[in-house]
Amino acid sequence: MLDTKKLGSVMVVGGGITGIQTALDLADSGYYVYLVERSGAIGGAMAQLDKTFPTNDCSM
Amino acid sequence: MTLSEVTGIAGEAGNFQVTVKEHPRYVDMDKCIACGECTTKCPKKVPSEYDAATGKRKAIYVKYAQAVPLKYQIDPVNCIRLNKPGACGFCEKVCPADAVNFDDTEKMHQLNVGAVVLAPGFETFDPAKNWTWGYGRYPNVVTAMQFERYLSASGPTEGHLNRPSDGKEVTKVAFLQCVGSRDEHKCGNGYCSSVCCMYAIKEAVMAKDHVAGLQTSIFMMDMRTHGKEFDRYYVNAERDAGVRFVRCRVHGVEPEGDSGDLRLHYINEEGRQVEEYFDMVVLSVGLQIPDYVKELGAIAGIRLTHDGFASTSDFSPVSTSKPGIFTCGVFSGPKDIPQSVMEGSAAAAAVADSLAPARGELTAEKTFPKQREVGGEAPNTGVFVCHCGSNIAGVVDVEAVAAYAETLPGVGHVERNLFSCSQDTQEQMTQIIKEKKLNRVVVAACTPRTHEPLFRETLKSAGLNEYLVEMANIRNQNSWVHSNDPTTATAKAKDLVRMAVAKVNQQESLEPISVPITQKALVVGGGIAGMSAALNMAEQGFAVNLVEKTDKLGGNALLLGHSWSGESIQDRTRKLIDTVHKNENIVVHHGFEVTDAKGFVGNFTSTIATKDGLEKTIEHGVGVIATGGGALRPSEYGYGSIPNVVTALEFDRLFELKEHRAANAKSVVFIQCVGSREGNRLYCSKVCCTHSVQSAISLKQEDPTRMVYILYRDMRTYGQREELYKKARALGVIFINYELHGKPSVSVENKRLSVEVWDHILHRPLAIKADMVVLATAIVPNPDGEKLNKLYKISLDGDGFFQEAHAKLRPVDCATDGMFLAGLAHYPKPVEESVNQALAASARAATLLSKTSVSLDAVKAQPILENCDGCALCIDVCPYHAIDLAEHPVGEDGMVHKYITVNKAQCKGCGLCQGTCPKRGVAVQGYTMEQIASQVEAALAV
Repeated sequence: MLDTKKLGSVMVVGGGITGIQTALDLADSGYYVYLVERSGAIGGAMAQLDKTFPTNDCSM
Repeated sequence: MTLSEVTGIAGEAGNFQVTVKEHPRYVDMDKCIACGECTTKCPKKVPSEYDAATGKRKAIYVKYAQAVPLKYQIDPVNCIRLNKPGACGFCEKVCPADAVNFDDTEKMHQLNVGAVVLAPGFETFDPAKNWTWGYGRYPNVVTAMQFERYLSASGPTEGHLNRPSDGKEVTKVAFLQCVGSRDEHKCGNGYCSSVCCMYAIKEAVMAKDHVAGLQTSIFMMDMRTHGKEFDRYYVNAERDAGVRFVRCRVHGVEPEGDSGDLRLHYINEEGRQVEEYFDMVVLSVGLQIPDYVKELGAIAGIRLTHDGFASTSDFSPVSTSKPGIFTCGVFSGPKDIPQSVMEGSAAAAAVADSLAPARGELTAEKTFPKQREVGGEAPNTGVFVCHCGSNIAGVVDVEAVAAYAETLPGVGHVERNLFSCSQDTQEQMTQIIKEKKLNRVVVAACTPRTHEPLFRETLKSAGLNEYLVEMANIRNQNSWVHSNDPTTATAKAKDLVRMAVAKVNQQESLEPISVPITQKALVVGGGIAGMSAALNMAEQGFAVNLVEKTDKLGGNALLLGHSWSGESIQDRTRKLIDTVHKNENIVVHHGFEVTDAKGFVGNFTSTIATKDGLEKTIEHGVGVIATGGGALRPSEYGYGSIPNVVTALEFDRLFELKEHRAANAKSVVFIQCVGSREGNRLYCSKVCCTHSVQSAISLKQEDPTRMVYILYRDMRTYGQREELYKKARALGVIFINYELHGKPSVSVENKRLSVEVWDHILHRPLAIKADMVVLATAIVPNPDGEKLNKLYKISLDGDGFFQEAHAKLRPVDCATDGMFLAGLAHYPKPVEESVNQALAASARAATLLSKTSVSLDAVKAQPILENCDGCALCIDVCPYHAIDLAEHPVGEDGMVHKYITVNKAQCKGCGLCQGTCPKRGVAVQGYTMEQIASQVEAALAV
């Protein structure tokens, strides 16, 4: 069987806090990452929050 | 790639061809400098998505002030010009950067990638779909996201809590839980959304800070605060902040005439029908998978659950049904921020495992020209004053600031730039630095938080040391806040520039510190978490030492039956153990414990030893702590003295072996929260509700005539586990709620057990005859934590679990660099969350292990030996344990002299030591006392 060569690039679909974390970890360990976001800016729902539970830290 | 969506995925794991459709932005990203002129002039106002329609945005807009990329976009649906050629077009006319492009078009991209990670997120349930909540009809009924925006300083009311109908200050708010969750009738979402209890409590508490005397009530069925530190917040909210919790699901909201007030009908805890009025009602809306995400699932060809979530296994929680396509975040089930971040890292680990041979093939390091030596040269400082379009120049007299800068000592060249950060200006700056032989640079522009990295790169490109730049923030801290007072703003800009010049003139070149990395890992603990982390790192090609205290791998998993979704934990654990043993990159050390540890990130040396004193030394670059936890041995409900009172784990065993007590039991009572959520163990053990419900289902399925009771405080079958709770109820399991002040009691009557509990529905005590009582006991931390805490300087929380570096954003990192956490050692959690955290720990570890050295910021504390007398005050204040005391050998005076040494790999340059030292025996490079003093003197000079 022909072994297809693996590519060192990854597509992450979704630029919320989860996708950002995946993209950062992959980029930091040697992979080329395409981060695809549907809206005009990354950040997702977390960027809409005022404070976070349970530390009351600023969400931004 | 923003404004982009995936429209096709072809190929297979290792080599996918993905089609991405990029929608037009109508603003050139390379030209836009986010000055905001366009938005000011745009005449079209529409509801802002970011503010959940509580506020307005324009048709040309930026999603939010801190958006990344900070580039404007035109909404083609609402833009006047795009809908009527020739009309409007104001934004194009006022844009100083010529960035608006009405002719922008859709672009299709074909991209080849080795793997795809789907993290498309969720939408909140739209309560307008059902009239009973009054949403969309009564203006003072809002969703929790809208309420969040009202509370936010960046929201439509700048944090003032005024109600939408009449602007009256809100004095009484009700939160209705489970709107769009745990409800198949009104919305079809049977699952629990897992986050609403937390955000509702947070909003109820925070709102009280916004309005003095505000009354907040939360109407709920169960309070599901099951995460780390969550229960404590809940208790404090009720006890200290005075949030009222009412255990009742409210089914409708009615208006009180035209007053804007809202009426709720509910049954109170005494069983009476009550009518109560509120200024505002907040609907705690659940999370659901939007249709476009379901379509994405179809494009990817992966299996979805009936609720539209990506279908995964508890043992490979980020792998979809299709090899090479991974998932994380809410797409694979409702979850909160820490779980999502953890899963984000876990997905990275799973990808790295699948693509390990191709690591580093497509990435490249940026190269820079050789650095020019500037030591010994007198300062020849260049000052670049930025207009930032009209952001600065519209307020500050930049010409006057530039002219003033020329008079400052050491300044050799001054320039003004329309946009210092634009690509062409960067190139010009590089040229000027070279031509004028500048050896220090001040950029008077915006904030170093966003732009210092850019200007450091500029200096590097010009052959200067990157630390020879200082930014004067004449925008955020000046023109923006003093926009009404240009004269003062100009004077302040001069002050800021003068201070920056004074500081940078004393700046010296700093070399980034490079620390070599031992590309090996140590994993402490051989349970599911430890094995999963070890295996993932090993599959990525890194050598792993796995240390297990006992003589076999498996940990607590060896005692468990099935995961919540019904997968056999025994089978999967056996397979995992087998795979770990077969992996050539993993060395398992059975019967060993860590006895000593030295070193820092990239360079740890740990000593492990057996009970008999056999010792081994392990060099490793990273460490994963997965030491697990245990079950509490209870001391209440007659455990230990009444034979048929057993713990949940004991009962599992008896049931599995068909032991006669379990096999013949006609009545079984489960008591929840035994040792959890009370006294000094104020945390939820997270797994026990699901465990008891599963056992109850098995008992009922084996013999439907059995009576099975579950006595609980809050039924915490969170997320998709809610299905089990529903199933148990359908099978006739009887759930009885009890409160902490009315705990059940167990006694023996006529050789049979009797469990007495107050029934909140019948409002009378119940005595249940039982053959067996099963205690859902707490998960307690491993007592070895104390020892590891000292050895690796990783802290424990008040409950004895290991503390992560940041509750939300760094849920698997320890505060000590290079050390990571996974599994029960961090907090009680079920199998799939342990595996997720283990994979996440591996991904985080791989960011270090994949490099041969790590380069650290050069801003570090430096001992000044002639001043340091070894008083050690700085050692106590250093939060990173980076300072040690050393001794000179006995000197000529016959005395031992002490002094400090700083471990630069551990030092973060925070400066606490410098501030504490009474003798100037330590200085932070780049922020020395001399630099700060000259800055202060410059500030006071006029």
